[in-house]
Amino acid sequence: MLKEIRIHGRGGQGVVTAAELFAQAAFEDGKYAQAFPSFGSERMGAPVQSFVRIADHKVTSRSQIYEPDYLIIQDNTLIGAIDVLSGLKPDGMVLVDTEMSPEELGLKTTAEVRTIPATKIALEIIGRAVQNTTLMGAFSGITGLISVEAIIKSVKERFLGEVGEKNALAIKKAYEIMRGGKRA
Amino acid sequence: MMKKVIEGSMAVAEAVKVCRPHVISAYPITPQTHIVENLSQMVADGELKAEFINVESEFGAASVILGASVTGARAYSTTTAQGLLLMAEVLFNIAGLRLPVSITCANRSLSAPINIWNDHQDAMTVRDSGWIQLYAEDCQEVADMQIQAYKIGENPEISLPVMVNMDGFILTHAFEPVELIDQKIADEFLPPYKPEVYLTTKNPVTFGILAEPQYYMETRYRLQQAIEASKQVIEDVANEFKKVFGRYAGGLVDKYRLDGAKTAVVAMGSVVGTIREVVDELRGKGEKVGLLKIRAFRPFPKEVVYDALKGVDNIIIMEKALSLGFGGILLNETKAVFYGKEKQPRMSGFIAGLGGRDVPNKSIIKAVKKAESEMLEDSFVDLREELIGIGE
Repeated sequence: MLKEIRIHGRGGQGVVTAAELFAQAAFEDGKYAQAFPSFGSERMGAPVQSFVRIADHKVTSRSQIYEPDYLIIQDNTLIGAIDVLSGLKPDGMVLVDTEMSPEELGLKTTAEVRTIPATKIALEIIGRAVQNTTLMGAFSGITGLISVEAIIKSVKERFLGEVGEKNALAIKKAYEIMRGGKRA
Repeated sequence: MMKKVIEGSMAVAEAVKVCRPHVISAYPITPQTHIVENLSQMVADGELKAEFINVESEFGAASVILGASVTGARAYSTTTAQGLLLMAEVLFNIAGLRLPVSITCANRSLSAPINIWNDHQDAMTVRDSGWIQLYAEDCQEVADMQIQAYKIGENPEISLPVMVNMDGFILTHAFEPVELIDQKIADEFLPPYKPEVYLTTKNPVTFGILAEPQYYMETRYRLQQAIEASKQVIEDVANEFKKVFGRYAGGLVDKYRLDGAKTAVVAMGSVVGTIREVVDELRGKGEKVGLLKIRAFRPFPKEVVYDALKGVDNIIIMEKALSLGFGGILLNETKAVFYGKEKQPRMSGFIAGLGGRDVPNKSIIKAVKKAESEMLEDSFVDLREELIGIGE
């Protein structure tokens, strides 16, 4: 088993952090994991990518991810600005942070399209428009590839105290929404 | 031993910590890796008892570890790209003085144009400095290599500095599982550094004196002898590491699926990991392809390389640096290995991944296929035709 995730967002949205936390959580689940950023000269607001590989064996490739199984779009203003869907497997899944439904979004792909208002949830629960961890919870709810418990553990280890607790609540909420298959 | 997912830079910092360096010098070039950032935190938190010295430049950083080492201290620094070049003068001095310091070089391209991304041009440019140069494939290897580095360099028969090379960003910023090294086991493997001669007021000596023409050549001769002798020490230390830590972390080279191979790909650094997957894929299709990873570039393990490659018909060298005006450096070293030998395999050289250009599996496969039908020299992988106006 090898699953590849590509995360798109903008500098300052925790795109790289999300990838790192995914890798830590997957390892916690007993899987092999590798995460790395797109190595741009990152600055606030610029398009940023990060990559995650999760497998049941050691992964040695250092190449970027061109044909992801899963895409996470943290910033929906990137859609149309750059080819975020590039290489997405036809039977893959793209998760977008938006208040729109997948139909309203109208992405040109045969892959499954899922949406969640992650920024809205993050604002309500965490109090900041940083949607990365909320999307991680949603991802776990949809795919089950990484357990929500492991995600919460890795997030709490990174963000101590109240911040970690609030993030955990947002993760849990997004997880429940997506696991039930209903949109918020 | 605890295994966890950490950043490559953190893995190095953890490895340096268990080496118990007395002195760490740092000049935070932009963009810095997190290596010294983590080390300075460890020193500030009292986890690591070391002198942490912030300096004004990489020239200063290298000079500080030189000065520390002549007093008998174990010294460490890290740099990258332009920073390594600014150290260049001191690097030659450190090797000439036979000081077993170690630096980690986060390999990055050289300016101009400005480019902060990975290739091997920085370290390759100082390959003749007398430093032992090791190149790591993944974060575990670079951590293990860092501990081996002091053990190799501090061997009294060798007494040479060791540069541990890890690919900038690709490894320094990668998160993956790394087995952290326990201090007690590290102490068992790496005893305190006790040089026979060092600067002390109790027994005054001089280091780095003028060597007139009647003396200088002999110092270079001894330097060459020592770095040649380090080949055996690198292998011995790898075996000793295995004995103490229970895992083999590599010696001069690493052979992968070379048994019965007709074609061999030769490479160094993190791209080796990607090539491994390509080899598996091609082997899966019945193609007889193998891989030779060069871990030690200096000393260059001629005998081992010849032995590993003598059975193949076709050698493909993929490298991330070149000697301008001559071509691929690893290509030409490998060619030299076969000079005067009866068997002359075909050798093709590919320059890949300069300035952080990604090296995808399909580009490696394409190179292997091309080299099967014709011999290529210094073929640039994935050149963008539209930018140069010619075909590849």
